[in-house]
Amino acid sequence: MISAARNHPGYWAFLLHRLSGLALVFFLPVHFWVLGTALDEAAFTGFFAWTAHPLVKLGEWALVMLLAVHLTGGVRLLILEFLPWSEGQKARIAASFGLALLVGAAFALGLV
Amino acid sequence: MTALDELEIRVWRGAADGHYQVFRAPRRANQTVLDVVSWIQREADPSLSYRFACRVGVCGSCAMTVNGKPRWTCRTHITKVAKDGRLTIAPLRNLPVIRDLACDMAPFFEKWRRARGRFEAAISRDDPLVPISPDSLERRAADAAVECINCAVCHAACDVVGWRPDYLGPAALNRAWVAWNDLRDRDRSAVLRAANAGAGCGNCHSHQSCAEHCPVEINPTRSIAGLKRAGLLALLRGSL
Ligand code: SF4
Ligand code: SF4
Ligand code: FES
Repeated sequence: MISAARNHPGYWAFLLHRLSGLALVFFLPVHFWVLGTALDEAAFTGFFAWTAHPLVKLGEWALVMLLAVHLTGGVRLLILEFLPWSEGQKARIAASFGLALLVGAAFALGLV
Repeated sequence: MTALDELEIRVWRGAADGHYQVFRAPRRANQTVLDVVSWIQREADPSLSYRFACRVGVCGSCAMTVNGKPRWTCRTHITKVAKDGRLTIAPLRNLPVIRDLACDMAPFFEKWRRARGRFEAAISRDDPLVPISPDSLERRAADAAVECINCAVCHAACDVVGWRPDYLGPAALNRAWVAWNDLRDRDRSAVLRAANAGAGCGNCHSHQSCAEHCPVEINPTRSIAGLKRAGLLALLRGSL
């Protein structure tokens, strides 16, 4: 459980950003490895068949979600640090997460 | 469940390796957390150590951790924090505990010094006053940050202070932001250098835990973001 003093939107946003970043650090090497297999046609075709599996599709969607969350959260932070301050920080946190959800939803619709 | 006319309070006793002791105190219609702590000290255990002075939210000496959140206890009503009649009161986080609810504030104020959060006049009292327009950008920025009561609530709320104990922290950096915006200071770039040094504003993760908990609604995250921007601009201009 998140401790009482950390239970507020700014900290949730920080956690999401940090955890999505860490997850991407582990995910991306796998991604590049798969791209690497594209050089070998047989292996890539085999891999492509594997991506039809629903669990793999779920994994793909999760990867897109991670990227979207990390990207929108990162843009929010850049705006916070480099542009003049705005009092609407909580609304911006909600907006950046909402945008990531939209991207996730769009991708899920494209998947099915 | 506690009786309606009674509070059950767990109070930290001893130094860092201490423990919680349970007290029961009468519940009153109009009662602050500090009232309850004072009641315990007067009626139950006179050896209880804690700090307060003004009791009206001005001096900044009464901050403690109440049910997990750092708060000014003299202006925190029991009805707000202990609806079920239970309270857990501990010393502030991120500072050495002397005893019971009293922390050593020396490291906190040492950081103010390191952040150069101190006004140094460019002129003497014999010189004419320098006019500062109340509408100027700098004056308004300083205004928004200047009413800090040095309570260390933000310092206790900040995780980066916990992770990196030499980090200057929200209060000292907020103070440096005031000094940086004070056009009468004789060496404002010294403030910016101190605030942007190794353990300075660059460490802030913009969690906003400081702003979330500051009892006088100061926003140290905003001040720190300002220091980061001013530091970057100065760096690009070659004047940091
Ligand atoms: S915004 Fe910065 S100073 Fe405030 S709690 Fe977070 S890390 Fe600490
Ligand atoms: S900025 Fe707010 S929380 Fe921090 S020391 Fe000053 S008054 Fe207390
Ligand atoms: S006792 Fe002075 S601020 Fe609480």
